[in-house]
Formats: sequence, structure tokens, C-alpha cells
Amino acid sequence: MNLLEIQRRMLEAVMQPLTEDEEMQPRTRDGKSMYEAAEEFIKPNDRLSSFERLEIYNRQYWFRVLSALEEDFRGLRAIVGAQRFEALCQAYLNDCPSRSFTMRNLGSQLERWLEKHPEYIRPRGALALDMVRLEWAEIEAFDGAVEPCLLPGDVLSREPDPKFRLQPYLQLLALRYPVDDLLLAIRKGNSEGGVASNAISEDRKPTRTRKIGRQKPEAIFLAVHRVDYSVYFKRLDGEAFRLLHCLREGNRLSDAVASAFEGTDIQEKKLLDVVQSWFQKWSELGWFCRPENGPQFISSSGSHS
Amino acid sequence: MPANSFNGFTDFGVGIGLRVPHYQHILSEKPVVSWFEIISENYMIDSGRPLHILDQILERYRVVQHGVSMYFGSPEAPNREHLKRLKALVKRTHTPWLTDHLCWGSVDGTYSHDLLPMPYTFEAVRHTAQKIREVRDFLEVPIAVENVSSYAEFHVSEMTEWEFLAEVVEAADCGILLDVNNIYVSSRNHNFNPLDYVNGVPADRVAQLHIAGHSKFEKYILDTHDHPVIDPVWQLYERAIERVGRTATLLEWDDKIPTFEEVHREALKANQFVPEPAVAS
Repeated sequence: MNLLEIQRRMLEAVMQPLTEDEEMQPRTRDGKSMYEAAEEFIKPNDRLSSFERLEIYNRQYWFRVLSALEEDFRGLRAIVGAQRFEALCQAYLNDCPSRSFTMRNLGSQLERWLEKHPEYIRPRGALALDMVRLEWAEIEAFDGAVEPCLLPGDVLSREPDPKFRLQPYLQLLALRYPVDDLLLAIRKGNSEGGVASNAISEDRKPTRTRKIGRQKPEAIFLAVHRVDYSVYFKRLDGEAFRLLHCLREGNRLSDAVASAFEGTDIQEKKLLDVVQSWFQKWSELGWFCRPENGPQFISSSGSHS
Repeated sequence: MPANSFNGFTDFGVGIGLRVPHYQHILSEKPVVSWFEIISENYMIDSGRPLHILDQILERYRVVQHGVSMYFGSPEAPNREHLKRLKALVKRTHTPWLTDHLCWGSVDGTYSHDLLPMPYTFEAVRHTAQKIREVRDFLEVPIAVENVSSYAEFHVSEMTEWEFLAEVVEAADCGILLDVNNIYVSSRNHNFNPLDYVNGVPADRVAQLHIAGHSKFEKYILDTHDHPVIDPVWQLYERAIERVGRTATLLEWDDKIPTFEEVHREALKANQFVPEPAVAS
């Protein structure tokens, strides 16, 4: 048996889901005896059979990846419950094993996978999907790229209808449930006794369940962003969300504003005031990047920057 | 003065791993630490808090990069995205050498995120050494490979683990990060004398040493990095130091992490085994 064949056989066994008792499956995926399969390439010793030695790696793999997903998706876990969350993660990783060198990306396909497998998140499918979107957005916002900011003192260039580039780390979400509040509440519960820890506090559990059970649909628009290296959730008006979304899509300012306010009867003066205040705030938060082609901007004092 | 061509940093002494629970203490108290080892993958990101913290650490301390996912023994060519990010980090930290494990962990682009043991065959020697050379040539920094703790052995193995390690580093012309705790763990799991391992390693290639704690189970030992170093491991460390001389040493403590002071105090126990530096006449 050559190196590649050993590695393929071992990885296949290591990544096969555990039994309910957290033991290695007695059969391989293609129905062969796992005991015989292990004996073919792994030596036994005086204390452990080939099967048991391979099982150590099998268990380590699942404990590691499940623990990583549990850490990244505590909100989803709280919504579906600990047992269903583990089953969901196991099925997800079985279908979408890691293709990245870093565990950071382990949950990158989870939203898409859950959309195809709603049975794992019923009856709170929409709520669960929104939570996954938020939790993944938080990961992206935490360590996403940052570019030099457009400074608040800068005024727009000779370009009469400019494009704005948004910071790569800034995540924009249109959600059906107020999962930002829910996630913060879940985390508060965790820190006070912990739904994510092994020692679940009995008096916390009913509170969490009530909170999740009470969740009513309420469309929200959210920016997941960073200030001083910490991630924050910022609610946006629908028009503000659409404006930012259009800018991210590469549209010019006038098109983005028109799209954002389409169907509204806001007066032009009021619209200008609103948009100006948004841009001032977003600039202060550092959400806009300086132009890629260098100093195209003129500073507020009139000199070229 | 270098101890050998792979150990040019005998002044590094004893360091500890940079871990999140200690960030605040290190930045505020600025304790005297010879050097920190970082897990490269934790900082191979575009931006954000981890890099911000790292930059502050780099202003005051020496940092050496230790990787957990290069998988020199995996069948695929090195992942280009991985290499690019790692090189960017090397430029940021100016790590004097870089370490990763002599193991595999992925096949056909699927990752286990584990340090899986190599079959000790000549085929594996050739393959692994070639990959180490490729990575070193791309990163342009000295590389040392670490022996992993293991729980399984393969029928096809043609040599002992320490013979395999020696064959690989000779063929790759690279250094060794000798983890004496891993030697102890594997010796108990595979019934060999750990001193045979320490005595069998090419001493002139040892660039760094690791010490750590582990967990005992009924039928095997797991390398958990969540306990102090036990006496038998200190004895292996003492023998290793006798063979390799003053060598940068690092205590790993990755789970159930105690206070910074406790981790540092445990690491500094290594100094009792390290000879004083030679005084220039």
C-alpha cells in the first residue's frame, strides 16, 4: 500500500461520522468491516487494536470540528437546541468537509447547505437562517480586509457622480428577524451560565427558550462592522441599506440614491439632508475606502490630497 | 554564536506560546519574556484585532512562527493561497526561522485539521523532503520540522520514527523542532525507549525544542498541552540539551490555560538544564 492510498483510506475513516455513543462506525461507508479495514494498514499494539487506534483519530477529528462550529454558531445552536445542532453540524461536515487550511472557514458553506436542508432547522427555519447569516458575517467582519479610509474632511473630487467603495470587512444584511438582539441575549445568557458550556444551568434554559420562542418576524437591515477592532451590529433604515448595497455593487452615487429611495415620496431637500447625514456618519465610521487610483480627492481646504 | 548551522539563535533561551487569554496581561504589564511563539494560522488573516495585537507584541518582543497546517507529508502540492499568506506574515514578524509539523492532514484538498502520523517509508521521505524544500524556497526562511505525538503505527513502516525524521531532514536539508513531550507520548503509545529517540536524532540539526504537558488515559496518552511538564519529560529535555547544547526552548500550553505567570514560571524551569553561555576569552 503506497503513501497516497494509506492517506486516502485513513482520512476516509477519520472523517466518517461517529456513532451515537461517540465511537467509530463498525462499517466503512461502502459497507466493509471497519475492523478489517483498519487492520489492513494500522498495526495493533498490546493494549489497542487497529480499530481502536484509528478510532482515537476519528474521535479527535469530530470533537475538534464540532467544537469549532459550536464556537462560531452559538446563536444557531441556541435556536435549534444542542442535540439537533450537533446532528446538523455532523451532516453538514459530512457533505461539506473543510477545503481550507484554516478552521476559520469551516462554516463558510453552512448557510447555503441549510437552504438545501431545511429539515435540520424546522420549525424555525427563517430565524435559524438569519442567525447563520449574522454569525458568518461577524466572522467576516472580525478579520476581513481593511483599506485606507476616506477621511471625513475629504470632499468629493472633480467627478460629478462618483462611485464609493465600501470597506471589504463591512457586511450588509437584510434579515427577516431581529437576530442581532437575540444573539446578544444568547451570549449574555452564555456568559452568565452558559448554554454553550457542558454545565447548562437549569435556571437559564427556560429564559433562553422563552426568548427564542417569542421571536416574531421583523424585517431589519444591519451593518456588521468594526470599530477599534471590535465587531458591532448597526441597524440601518431600509433606504440606507439599499443605498449602501447599490454602492457596493459598483453603482454611481446618483443611481444608488435613486434606487434607495425608489417608490418613496420624500422631498428632495429632505432627501439631501438625510443622505448627507448618513454619509457623514458612515465616513466617521470609516466605511468608505479611499479611491484605488490614489489622490483623486480634494481636501476640504481645497488642496489636492 | 551559532551552535550549528541550524541553531543560529542560542541566545533565544526559553519562550512561551502567545495565547489569547494572556494578551491583556502582556500588553499592560510588559513582562520580560525572551521570545514568543505564535501559531501562524491565527494571524494569516487580512486584518483585524489579532494582527493589531501581534503588531504591538512585535514592537517589544521577538516572535517565532509555528504552523499547524502546512502538512509537509500530504500528497498535494503546497496550497498557493496558504503560502502567500504565510509569506506575508513572515515579512511582518521577521521570524528568524519557521516551524511546522512532520505529518500530513489533508488529501485531495480535504482537510482534517489534525496532525496525522506518517508511515515511515522511503517513499514518504522523498515526498516530504521535496515539499519542505519547495516551501522553504518560496518563503525564503529557514525551516525546522517538528516530530508529532502519535497514536497509530503503520504496517508499511520501514524504519523507526527517529530514523524517519533523520532521513527527512537530511534529504530536505532542514532543521528539527524536537518536541520531547511528543517523544514521551509516542514512546508510551508505541512501546519504545524515548532515550533511544533523543539519542538517535541528528543533534546538529536541532533548531528548537518543545516541552509540554499531556493527559493519561487507561490505554494511551494524549498530547493535550493542558498540564505542567512531568518529570520524565524534563529528563528527556535534559538529555536533549546535553546533546544539542543551548537551544531555543518553548513551553506549549494550549488548553485549560492558567495565568501568564504560571505558564512562564513552568517554562523557566527549563533553565536549570541549560548550560551557561560560553564566555568569550
